[in-house]
Amino acid sequence: MQNVLNITRRELVAYFSTPVAYVFLVIFVAAIGAFTFYLGSFFTRGQADLQPFFNFHPWLYLFLIPAIGMRLWAEERKSGTIELLLTLPISTFEVVLGKFLAAWLFTLIALTLTFPIWITVNVLGSPDNGVVVASYIGSWLMAGAFIALVACLSALTKNQVVAFIIGAAASFIFLMSGLDIVLGAFRGWAPEFLVDIVASLSFLTNFNQITKGVIDLREVIFFVSMIGIFLYINTAIVDLKKTA
Amino acid sequence: MTALLEVKGLTKRFGPLTAVDNISFSVERGEVLGFLGPNGAGKSTTMKMITGFLLPTEGSAAVAGFDVVGKPIEVKKRIGYLPEGAPLYGDMTPKALLHFIADVRGLSKVDRKRRIDEAIEKVHIAEVFYQPIETLSKGYKRRVGLAQAILHDPDLLILDEPTDGLDPNQKHEVRQLLRQMAPGKAIVISTHILEEVDAVCSRAMIIARGKVLVDGTPETLRAHRAASTSVSFRIASGLIDRFLPRLRAHGAVARVETISHAKGLASLLVVSRADQDVAAAVTALAAAENVLVQEMRAEARRLDDVFRSLTIGE
Repeated sequence: MQNVLNITRRELVAYFSTPVAYVFLVIFVAAIGAFTFYLGSFFTRGQADLQPFFNFHPWLYLFLIPAIGMRLWAEERKSGTIELLLTLPISTFEVVLGKFLAAWLFTLIALTLTFPIWITVNVLGSPDNGVVVASYIGSWLMAGAFIALVACLSALTKNQVVAFIIGAAASFIFLMSGLDIVLGAFRGWAPEFLVDIVASLSFLTNFNQITKGVIDLREVIFFVSMIGIFLYINTAIVDLKKTA
Repeated sequence: MTALLEVKGLTKRFGPLTAVDNISFSVERGEVLGFLGPNGAGKSTTMKMITGFLLPTEGSAAVAGFDVVGKPIEVKKRIGYLPEGAPLYGDMTPKALLHFIADVRGLSKVDRKRRIDEAIEKVHIAEVFYQPIETLSKGYKRRVGLAQAILHDPDLLILDEPTDGLDPNQKHEVRQLLRQMAPGKAIVISTHILEEVDAVCSRAMIIARGKVLVDGTPETLRAHRAASTSVSFRIASGLIDRFLPRLRAHGAVARVETISHAKGLASLLVVSRADQDVAAAVTALAAAENVLVQEMRAEARRLDDVFRSLTIGE
């Protein structure tokens, strides 16, 4: 575990030693604010809740998570530091987990910085803070699933732009898989149960369940197992590249 | 007692290309083994397999009895590795990097401070200790890479071109450092600088096209039968036009180089073909042509020539 934390610490420091972290935090907070107030009609809808705020999280993650996740492995491969990292006495999974945790903690920082909006809604009315807390946790879990997905794709390439694009594309598919835009591609040929499985993998559907109210264990298990699966695939990809 | 590093039948194929072809050797504590070879010979690939960065297609490597595929963590604990090109995290300072490596290597707080101080002193990076690595010169980067490799005082040091990019003084320092550390460790370096083999290695292996061509001390290498002999001598400049073509045409002569012209005398270097006595040839030819040969002397066999003739495959 100590090894994982060592990697996590290094990666977190790396985010803040370049402009990436600051650009990300500013854009995330500014964009989520703008969306909530303008597109989400935060004031005019006359309800004391954060529904319009949380509704935009998946769409921001769609582009911003690939932006912080693309470097995780692609940069190491490009600069050759992966050789330094993988010849240290730590297991591949510890590195994978350490990197994931760093990016995940980073999104936690970003989420934490949105607290003024929570204060605002409490000043203006009396929202159900249980729902707000559940939604924040749900949002963070969803961010984790996106990060694990993007990190695992980042291990496929040494080009960060490629990592970003395939990361964003894959994120889009998993986000939308409950909707016709993705399901339509399966309906024509796949059996019904496969379509149902694809539909159940939708990040959006699962996240919307959480923001509606109490956290259901099912959604938590869904996101945690998505994280687990992608981290496993990530480890396999990194190990597989050793044989190539 | 087994050797510290034991490599058996190590092979690596990338698709149709065989980068390393059935290499076997072992290295004992106290030995400094130099991998010599042209670029693309398989030196780095061999090192990457020993350090566990690449998995072998066939064969095995073991460090202190631990197999690199079966017990990679145990192997990696015992190795200090400087990868090719000394890749480092550019956004970190040497201080942050060495702390990170020390933490991952599991050094205790007390040890960490002492070891880092020692490493800084050994490779002379104190003056850049707080600067981001990406702003450092190539020489400093290489030395920071060396510092991280020796930080945990490993039993086995694997250094891929440790002096590449260093100026002559720095090269000298690094070689001195390697000699100092040699008695307690096994060291494997790769290089294509032949003088380095003479300077630090107790043993050298010439590798080309993934195969070991020669394995021996630098002396046995130099005496390798494929090596050509050469003699240098002076003759009057005016005789060159007549003498040179005859010399080149002689069966024992591989090539002739004109070294210099001074005061009406030309210095020539004549290199023999393998196993030919070039001195006798020159003397005989000079007598036949009635040419006065002055200051004739045999040149020591140069590692350069051995290397060239072996790797080009004459």
